[in-house]
Amino acid sequence: MSALTFTLKVPLQQSVNCSVLTPDNLAGKTIAEIAAIKLIKGKNQLLAGDIFDISGTDTQQLCFKNTTAKLDYIGANMNSGSITVEEDAGAYLGFGLKNGEIHCKGNAAAFAACNMRDGLLKINGNAGDFLGAGSEGLRKGMLGGTVIVKGNVGDRAGDQMRRGLILIEGNTGDYCGSRMVAGTIGVLGELGAYTGFNMHRGTLLLKKQPQLHATIQDCGIHTLPFLSLLFKSFAQYETQFSKLDSMRVQRFVGDLAYSGNGEILVLKT
Amino acid sequence: MQINGIQIDDTFAEAFNMRGTRVIITAQNHKWAYHAANAMTGFATSVIGCGVEAGIEREMTPDETPDGRPGVSILMFAMGSKVLMQQLETRMGQCILTCPTAAAFSGMASEDMISLGKHLRYFGDGFQTSKLIGGKRYWRIPVMDGEFLTEETTGMVRAIGGGNFLILATSQPAALAAAETAIEAMKTLPNVIMPFPGGVVRSGSKVGSKYKTMFASTNDAFCPTLKGVTRSELSPEIESVMEIVIDGLTFEDIAASMKIGIEAICALGVTSDVKRISAGNYGGKLGPHLFKLHDILKGTAA
Repeated sequence: MSALTFTLKVPLQQSVNCSVLTPDNLAGKTIAEIAAIKLIKGKNQLLAGDIFDISGTDTQQLCFKNTTAKLDYIGANMNSGSITVEEDAGAYLGFGLKNGEIHCKGNAAAFAACNMRDGLLKINGNAGDFLGAGSEGLRKGMLGGTVIVKGNVGDRAGDQMRRGLILIEGNTGDYCGSRMVAGTIGVLGELGAYTGFNMHRGTLLLKKQPQLHATIQDCGIHTLPFLSLLFKSFAQYETQFSKLDSMRVQRFVGDLAYSGNGEILVLKT
Repeated sequence: MQINGIQIDDTFAEAFNMRGTRVIITAQNHKWAYHAANAMTGFATSVIGCGVEAGIEREMTPDETPDGRPGVSILMFAMGSKVLMQQLETRMGQCILTCPTAAAFSGMASEDMISLGKHLRYFGDGFQTSKLIGGKRYWRIPVMDGEFLTEETTGMVRAIGGGNFLILATSQPAALAAAETAIEAMKTLPNVIMPFPGGVVRSGSKVGSKYKTMFASTNDAFCPTLKGVTRSELSPEIESVMEIVIDGLTFEDIAASMKIGIEAICALGVTSDVKRISAGNYGGKLGPHLFKLHDILKGTAA
């Protein structure tokens, strides 16, 4: 069986909500039925067949081609199967992802992995602001699962993150790990200002020392045994993080302005 | 039945249902892993007085342990889940948390997971940190040597305790030498421990006593100094009896352990001064598991 493929056939001026196009929703449907599914575009509705050429049969394996950043909510609340996005994805990629795997080969806009609960989201390009954060009004961000970004990410990565793992091979914007409650964020590149701002708990594992604000305090250089378990868990993913092996880190704790017990670990060789 | 001139009694060992768990202890090196493991399995010879029966199952190489450090695996058995959980927590707190560089991990998965470091985390006084790695939750507790790392829970399974056999010899040194030979062979098998000192017990017991307050007392039928005054099981030439008690995760594990131990003694032959191998039981009325010596040695025990 070939992957069920959605090829965008018209240029989009407005964002389209693709949240219904997931393996769970499409299981057992014919191509004609799928083409008749209504999608929301701004205030209006349109049919999937209006903007996509649809081919293939395997509803557990979806592929979006010729995509742009106007396609929002790809893989939203997905519970099984896999989705490949061949080019860029719009906002809310993998929103509330519960299980399965999403692989975006291009860039993703803001709020990727927002409210994510489990599963794997891989982004080959860059990701926008609020990666792994919570949606507006929620007090909790990402609740589980793994996000791997090969490129750079915007501001507020892991904002209010509650559980799970975000691995960023590139740089991050400002406020990385802000208001973080738990979980782990790894960054190999440079970080912007106010890293760990209002951090409550959780771990930021960094390769490069960021400029930290006054309420994040230095606790010295240590060898932490739990890092061997963490590094072992990275081995299953294709990422630069699987090459880490030094358990020697400089430990910063904060944000003390929030009586926080979060930690920023800067790897030492 | 006779093997190599040593008589094997047509009798059986009687064993009981227990609850068992396995914990992996790692440390900077094997020396400190053993310090931790020996403390944790100390005073754990018999449930009668210790609450649990525990022992070191085997040594583990860095490749085999979760954190890539040298380690040992421990098996711990109790008569019920409540006692096992209580003893595990107490021993974790006093023996592993306190031991320099030691860390503790789950040694088995099961439906019933019991606390390993779950409650110990409060020792961290708010500075403890939890990490969920690969679906397992770990606790990092700040301590004076750095950080104590422990998995939150470990598995608990139904197990069997009290498999045993008796070594009857013409002298005390001969009985002990034979017992040591058996223990060395039995230590090579997984899933079992011999909880008594050095794996050997010299004070086998019977149920009941002439004293009202005692519910177990010396097994006078096998005491060589009482041959003339009690209904002795010993022939005139027997001067010493040693017992090896085995706890294991399954019937098959205990049977295999008994077999390899008895065969190791029999391989010593008559020059070892061992005359008979027997087993301790209560007439088959108390324990649901009967390990018949002849069947075990023929490989037909079930």
